[in-house]
Amino acid sequence: MPDAVLHLDRLRKSFGALVVTDDLTFDVMPRELHAVIGPNGAGKTTLINQISGLIAPDSGTIQFAGRDITALPTHARAELGLARSFQVSSILPGFSALENVALAVQSRAGSSFRVLGRAAAEAALNEPAMAALADGEKRALELAIALAMQPKVLLLDEPMAGTGREETARLVELLRRLKGQFAVVLVEHDMTAVFALADRISVLIYGRILASGTPARVRADPRVVAAYLGDEME
Amino acid sequence: MAVLLAASPARPRGRLRALPACIFLAFALIPIVAPFVGGGYLVSLGSRVMIFAIAAVALDLLVGYGALISFGHAAFIGIGAYAVGILSVYGITDALVSLPVALAVSAAYAFLTGVVCLRTSGVYFIMITLAFGQMAFFTASSLAPFGGDDGLTIAARNTLAGLPLLRNERAFYYLVFVCLLGTYLFCRALVRSRFGRVVRGAKENPVRMATIGFDVYRFRLATYVIAGALAGLSGFLLANATEFVSPAYMSWQRSGELIVMVLLGGLGSLDGAIIGAAAYLLTEEWLSGVTEHWKVIFGPVLVLVVLFARGGLIGLARDLARRFARA
Repeated sequence: MPDAVLHLDRLRKSFGALVVTDDLTFDVMPRELHAVIGPNGAGKTTLINQISGLIAPDSGTIQFAGRDITALPTHARAELGLARSFQVSSILPGFSALENVALAVQSRAGSSFRVLGRAAAEAALNEPAMAALADGEKRALELAIALAMQPKVLLLDEPMAGTGREETARLVELLRRLKGQFAVVLVEHDMTAVFALADRISVLIYGRILASGTPARVRADPRVVAAYLGDEME
Repeated sequence: MAVLLAASPARPRGRLRALPACIFLAFALIPIVAPFVGGGYLVSLGSRVMIFAIAAVALDLLVGYGALISFGHAAFIGIGAYAVGILSVYGITDALVSLPVALAVSAAYAFLTGVVCLRTSGVYFIMITLAFGQMAFFTASSLAPFGGDDGLTIAARNTLAGLPLLRNERAFYYLVFVCLLGTYLFCRALVRSRFGRVVRGAKENPVRMATIGFDVYRFRLATYVIAGALAGLSGFLLANATEFVSPAYMSWQRSGELIVMVLLGGLGSLDGAIIGAAAYLLTEEWLSGVTEHWKVIFGPVLVLVVLFARGGLIGLARDLARRFARA
């Protein structure tokens, strides 16, 4: 598929004897919301980490917006428009919410070697530091930081983890509104959210794609039901 | 030390706003009151405190704001000092030359070593900065034409644009004062700038910073070079203050003392670095007058401060101010 915005080609990664990404080929089309589901330990987060450059694959290539980014460091990938959120919220705890987002904006604006002028949003000194926010608020902030980077592809690693039902609904609604502005790779355990949002779903098991297709097709696939959805849907 | 870093406040919060003004006012007044109390001794002690405060403020940029525990910071002081000494051997004794050279050479050493050091982190960073510091120390010790182990006596203080201004104790004092004030204001602007925000962010979570597009290494290297150059400034002043340079200026003990100054004052608040430098040097001065075994007393005091005043002296002052405000 030549026009995919993100294309992984025969990606492989193993930790010792454990193969976590096994000859994986995976595409994300522009403006598509592509969900990746699978049981714990299927290699979903490892996959996201390889795409964002925190882990180097053993072999295979990653193409992003027509470029081979396999060897690029994380920050260079981010500059090209690859944003991500983390499963475990990784907001800067000593910074205010505003400053957390402001950092992403200034990264995008390329104005960070200004040594003297006082940074805006410093005025928010009296705002509560991040430690004071509720989990759901941290999740929303995590998303805000990623959005501030104006990404071409947004990697979301379990954005609903640890949020209550009401907050999940709110996040689903937010993602629905954002859909279509850029491509999203959504790793998520909340099947209701996944089936409500995804254009395409890939099922990852033991580092391999078991099935890939529209939500309706994946839901009907007997192998998927047997391997994963069976337990998950009960 | 890792625990201390984590416990230190990311930035000063409220209160004690007038503290920097008080510190600098006190320094400014010393030469004026000196004739009535300590005389020339007080003035030279004051300039010594301010000279080390410059290096401590620079170190606080690394340790307090960047979580980069440099154990070789004294090397840059020594390099700045040797620049003055070596130039004077060749008859170049004007500050308009020796100061830029001191800054440039120490910044260059910071750049060359920083390129390597900053590839590492944690304990490895501490060890490799220590190694580069010792390298500078042994290089200076082996400089036979410039005194080797014994050091190098400088014939006279630098002139300033041909004028023997710095030979006046009071004028020299105020030059040091201006340098400290400039360093402090510059560093304060730096940590509050966009640049500083990136450095502070990288202290809290470097992975996050990379994923939002920052090449953390570049920002740390720039900070390392700035801190090195400022320590070089302190070395330039130290050489002129003592009219002597020695390899001892760059010993690892001296680097350790600088870390102690920053910890004692309170990490991550530039005011703290100044207070720490003053507290350390004055206590040393006072205790060494009482007994020659002063380190036996000083050691436990340091342990107590680090144990019970996590934010250093400035943290202690902040707690007191808060309690006072509440009462």
